[in-house]
Order: sequence, then C-alpha cells, then structure tokens
Amino acid sequence: MPDIQGQAGASSIIDGAPAAASSLPEKNGSSPHPGSPKGKDARVPKKLMPKKRVERIGGTVCGICAGIATLLVVTLIFMVAEHGLATFVVDGISPIAFLTGTTWNPHSNGADGAPLMGALPMIVGSFGVTLLSCLFVLPFAVGAAIFTVEIAPTFGRKVLQPVIELLVGIPSVVFGLLGLTIIVPLVRGAFGGTGYGLLAGSVVLAVMVLPTVTSLSIDAIASVPNAYREGSYGLGCSRWQTIWHVVLKSALPGILTAVILGMTRAFGEALAVQMVVGNAASIPTSLITPAATLTSVLTMGMGNEAMGTVYNDALWSLALILLVMSLVFILIVHLIGRKGAKVNG
Amino acid sequence: MPVKSVPSQTTTEAPAKIAQSARIDEPVRLIDRTAMLAEADAISHYAAPVDRTRPAKMSVSGLNLHYGDFHALKDVSLDIPEHQVTALIGPSGCGKSTFLRTLNRMNDLIPSCRVEGSVTLDGVDAYHDLDAALLRCRVGMVFQHPNPFPMSVYDNVAYGPRAHGIRKRAELDEIVERSLRDAAVWDELKDRLDANGCGLSGGQAQRLCIARALAISPEVLLMDEATSALDPISTAKVEDLVVSLKERYTIVMVTHNMLQATRTAQYTAFFLMGEMVEAGSTKQIFEDPHDERTGDYVSGRFG
Repeated sequence: MPDIQGQAGASSIIDGAPAAASSLPEKNGSSPHPGSPKGKDARVPKKLMPKKRVERIGGTVCGICAGIATLLVVTLIFMVAEHGLATFVVDGISPIAFLTGTTWNPHSNGADGAPLMGALPMIVGSFGVTLLSCLFVLPFAVGAAIFTVEIAPTFGRKVLQPVIELLVGIPSVVFGLLGLTIIVPLVRGAFGGTGYGLLAGSVVLAVMVLPTVTSLSIDAIASVPNAYREGSYGLGCSRWQTIWHVVLKSALPGILTAVILGMTRAFGEALAVQMVVGNAASIPTSLITPAATLTSVLTMGMGNEAMGTVYNDALWSLALILLVMSLVFILIVHLIGRKGAKVNG
Repeated sequence: MPVKSVPSQTTTEAPAKIAQSARIDEPVRLIDRTAMLAEADAISHYAAPVDRTRPAKMSVSGLNLHYGDFHALKDVSLDIPEHQVTALIGPSGCGKSTFLRTLNRMNDLIPSCRVEGSVTLDGVDAYHDLDAALLRCRVGMVFQHPNPFPMSVYDNVAYGPRAHGIRKRAELDEIVERSLRDAAVWDELKDRLDANGCGLSGGQAQRLCIARALAISPEVLLMDEATSALDPISTAKVEDLVVSLKERYTIVMVTHNMLQATRTAQYTAFFLMGEMVEAGSTKQIFEDPHDERTGDYVSGRFG
C-alpha cells in the first residue's frame, strides 16, 4: 500500500501534528514504514475543481434537454388547442353541435346558416375500430403471452416473441395494402357489401397493435412473482387453475395497461385505416358499411384546405379530440398502474 | 521520533488484538453445544420422545436428484413417521430444501431437474402412481417467505377448497374459520377477512399461508424454513402451532434454528453436501450423534 504510506506521511508533514499521522495507519491496518513524502499533496484539491465543473456542465446539459422536451410537449398541446378551439371561439360554431352533429359537410351550410360540421360519425368510427380491434387482439395477445411465459418459455422467448415483434417494424401503409388486397375482399365475400368498413379497419388495426399488446402482456405475466405460482401449485392446483386464478388475476393491471396502450396506437393510426375503412362520413349502420375515423378525415382533408378557413379549423378540432383522447388513455394507464401496485402490495 | 514510533506500535498491536478477541469471541459467536442444550432444557426440551411403533407416513429410498449436471441429492433414504414432527437440519445448500420439495413433487416445476429413486406416501409410489396435483392435496407446503395471494384473507384461505370444487358459501365459511383458528390467527384476522392478504405483517401472512395450506386438509405438512423471515414472537407462535398440529398432521420442517428443532421435532435428519448423514430421534442427534460430522454441526463447529 505505497499510496497510503505516501499520503499518511504527507499529511503528517502538512499538519505537523503527530496525532493526525498516527490515526491513518491505524485505520488502514498496517504501515511499517510511515513517512516518505513524495509531494503528492497538491493533486487532490486540483482534481476537485474540474470534477465540480463537469458536474455543473452535465447538470446544465441534461436540464436543458429535459426543458426542451417538456416545452415541446406543452407548446404542441397549446398549438393544437389554439387552432382546435378557434372553430368554437372565432368561427362561432357550437361545441355541442360539433360533437353531436351527424352530418359532416363543412363546405355547405345547414338550415341555421352554420356550416354542417357534425363530428359524431368520425368519433363513432374511431371508437368503433379501436374497441373492435382490441376485442380481436385481446384473446390472441393474452393467449400468446401465456404460452410464452407459462407453457413453452424457450420456444416463446426465442421464436414467438421475436417474430411477433417483427410486426412493429412493418410500415403502416403495407398493412393498409394487405388489408386492401386480403381483408376487404374477404369481408366482401363473407358478408356482402363493398367490404370497406369498420370490420376491415379493425382487423387491420388488430394486426398492427398485436405486437404491442402481446409484448406488454408477456412482461405483465412474467413479472408475476414465482411465489404465487408455487403457492398455488403447492395447494394441489393444476397449471390451468394456477394461470387462471392467480397468474392472470395478478397480471390483470399489466394486461389492461397493455390493451390501453394498444388502443392509444389504434386510435391514432391514420393511413392503414383510411385505406380500408371506406371514408364515408356518416354514422355506420353496420360493421360492413363504409365509415370514417377522425384520423382518416384529417389525412384526406388537411392538404386541401387553406390555413385559417373554417374547414381547416374544424380539422384542427378533430385533431384536438384525438389528442385529448390519447391523454385520457394515458391517464387511465396511470390510474390502473397505481391501483395494481396497491393490490399486489 | 515520536511521529514514527506511535503508528508503528499501534499497527503491530492491532492485528494481535484482533486475533485475541477473535479467539475469545469464537465460542460465543458460534453455537455452543452445552449452552444450547442447557437452554433447550430450560425451555421445553426435546419434544416428546419418538414412538417407533408408528408406521412411516412417507418413505424415501435411494433418492438421487440432479439439477442438470449438479448432483443435488445423493442416495438419500429416510422414513417420515406419522403424526410426528421431523426436522431437517444442515448448512445452506446441503439439499434439505430440495429434499423437502421432492416429497410433494414441487421440483417437477424445474425443467432441468431429474429424480431417481422412490418416494412413497402410505406405501403408494408418489412419482409413478399418484398425480402430482393429487399428491400436493395430501402433502401441503408452507414456504420460506410468506406468499399470500394478492386477494382478500378470505379468498386466500378459500382458494384451495374452491379449486377443488367446494362452491357453497356456508361450507367455505366454515373451512375458512376452522383453518384460521387452526393456524392461530383467527382472533387477529376475523375482522379483516376482506383485507388484502399482501398487506398483513410477516407473521400474520405466514400464519395465513399455514391456514391456506390447512384448508385443503392435507395429511402431511411441509414447512420450508417457515419461520426464518419472522420475528421471535411470530416464530414462537408458529412453533406452538407446529406442536399442536402434529396430533392431526405429519409435519416435516426444514430449519436453520437448532433450538427450534429441539423444541418442536421428535425426529431429526442431518444433511450435508447432498447426503443424508444421520437421522434419528432429536435427542440422540443432539446429545449422542453417531457421525462425527453431525456432532461437529450440532455443536456449532461449522455451518
């Protein structure tokens, strides 16, 4: 331990007090040759200064990054809200009429002279495809997750999960194309009509959100403590009883979170849905009649209308609805997470 | 040169001091056999003597267990006498928990685990002639760490009976109360049956787990260091419980606490490095061990 010796000796010389010198070797256990100063005393304070500066620079840089990210989100929400609310504040369209009206034709005026801006068909369409797609995806995702974690962990983790996660990387336009060439003709053949509609849209969406929901469900089920499984097996329960009554019950908050995050994605998806949903802005009477979603109307209309026109403002209002709904979904996820933490101790 | 002489003196003295204090501390820090036996005598002493006329409830012979390449249990043979408490002692990693888990086939859940030899329950081969789930209904288990399910106290206890087809509320009510009473936790929890089992204290949670195991009326109860995560008062309660439960159940417990073995067990088996070194009445194992290694262990010379 030459360093300790050196420091001990050095400090004794600086302080000039024998007590200070004796304390160090005693603490370090052994030092038969104390003393031999080598002038290392200057080093320690010198090194402290740049360290402090690095600390400060690091803190500043990270703080700026965090600030920019926060600012970005806040300004984004503010901008969408500003344009979206202009419909009601500047153009004088009643919010209630906007949310409950069933006719979407902003270029012509209704009986009361106001433009026909009923967003209800799109709201119904968006919620319709979202809920339906989650209904379709839930059994597959949870089944695949149970298989991956409980039944065939090696196969599941090495083959199934990577393959399912490949779906994340496929561009949404490809999903739309596949839906157009496979799902739409299938629906047309099976149920008649044009084939375009909520059913085709939700099937395409279900495939798109499958990887998200499956991956998060796998995480939720894998995070159930093994002690719960052992406790259940120890009581003479079969594997299925254990999975159903203990594992799924304990993983439920996580699975719900997975589904809602999937819903957030489905709710916001534009291109693939627009290609197969039919784009008729009227309240769908069945799953196979053409419909429209908030996103599909937005993508089709945004490029055609000049900024500042009433139609353009109305599109911003649709965007605002989308944004608010996404925020609501995320809020629900947080609430579930907190409740789940309480239940699982 | 006072500066140099002072440190050199202290440094040469310091190690000697440590060594000296270690020599003095040694018998005190480790378990002293005579002191331990005296304490055991003062408390309750060897729980009632072994009744050798009773038949073996479970019988293990020529048991070999491998985890992949690791030979965890080497040719173990042991009889578990009925309505007695059998304690399994030994240093950590000696295979006693693994042995306990072979008795109700919990090791089946580990894919790399391979079991050879025979385990019988009432003379019936537990590995070939009994379904694992049925075996576990008859051989219940309490784990080292309390593991109540994330549901209410009531649902925790009713979980087993429900899984085995009991649906009537009145019947379940009765089972829950009886099990909680048997586990000596009824008085504390009777007003909190709707409380979440995960929110209980460690001692209550462990007795809840015992109640949960008792609810399916097993014949044998396995306890895997069931008191190691509990405070002394909770431990005493669980020990009293074990003593009172042996009238109706055959109990096998793994313990690191040798006083606990002397207080509760009639029968003790000593495990070392995957081998069952010696088994016999608790009194014999602690006072007159036939094997030198057993003597070393119970007198605290290692482990």
